[in-house]
Amino acid sequence: MTKSNKPIVWGPFAAGGTLTAFLTPALIALTLLAGLGQVPEALSYEHLHAFAAHWVGKAALVVVIGLSLWSAAHRLRITCYDLGVRADAAVATIVYAGALAGTGAAVLYLLRI
Amino acid sequence: MSERMVELEVLRYNPETDQEPRFQRYSVPCREEWVVLDALNHVKENLDATLSYRWSCHMAVCGSCGMMIDREPKLACKTFLRDYQGVIRVEPLRHFPIERDLVTVIDDFMAKLSRVKPYLIPKDEKALEAGEYRQTPAQLKRFKQYSMCMNCMLCYAACPEYGLLPEYIGPAAIALAHRWNQDSRDAGRDERQEALAAKEGAWECSFVGACSEVCPEHVDPAGAIQQVKIRSTVDWYLEHLMPWLKK
Repeated sequence: MTKSNKPIVWGPFAAGGTLTAFLTPALIALTLLAGLGQVPEALSYEHLHAFAAHWVGKAALVVVIGLSLWSAAHRLRITCYDLGVRADAAVATIVYAGALAGTGAAVLYLLRI
Repeated sequence: MSERMVELEVLRYNPETDQEPRFQRYSVPCREEWVVLDALNHVKENLDATLSYRWSCHMAVCGSCGMMIDREPKLACKTFLRDYQGVIRVEPLRHFPIERDLVTVIDDFMAKLSRVKPYLIPKDEKALEAGEYRQTPAQLKRFKQYSMCMNCMLCYAACPEYGLLPEYIGPAAIALAHRWNQDSRDAGRDERQEALAAKEGAWECSFVGACSEVCPEHVDPAGAIQQVKIRSTVDWYLEHLMPWLKK
């Protein structure tokens, strides 16, 4: 039996899943706070803009956005498979392309800051 | 002692004479503390000696009496009749061919189990005089949970992936391979990876988690499979990105 090449797509999926498991609740809490008008000073527009303007901030944002999108794409692919959509190659191409396009868009926007 | 009548609807099938499986009803006078296996034994002894099913220990240790009880994979010796209302449907374990009535053909699982080499493969064979392979409680804790598997195959009956792709090596085989991989005395992981890291190995799992839900020994095969995936992923990246590290 030959070893599977699945780790190429599964590695970023697992990393993104772990990341979103921690980040999503924090983002929801912060969004709720912002909705109530309670924006912490560190998360003000000027601070976040400065963060995204620095190359370290840009890199961090691309990693977080890219891995999260990839994780969602892979989960969607597996869900389709479990729901009986057996055109795995087509589904994989579509969802991964979506994740890569989203990541590419994030890179473009960040480069313009 | 209170007694009540319980209706069992048992799947009957003899591949040599029957065209297809059929259901047979039995009314069994049951005691409060009876499990499904007690009712089956009552049928066998008093009502119908032709009924076939596997069982041995009657105490959730041997893992022989796995069957579908009201469409859920259960050990018949651990499933109390008092927890059910109305007619109780008893069928052989799903995803396995039927040998006779509730007895399934388990050759596929046995072949897969032997493929993952679920036994100690030490780095250097120790002479008997050299004494035991010793372990600390912490080292024992790393694998003890997975060693509780008794090969009852409920996880295979619960796994939708195994139902879809019979080549999938399946939850119990992976959990048992992981049990030995986690053992401090063992050095056989590379040999087991052949079966585990293949497409039909851990990668066929989509983490539905039904295996861990039905496991009567709380082995958590789904957890073992995810850990195997993580280690196989690290293996893959090391192999492809740092091939010079390969021994």
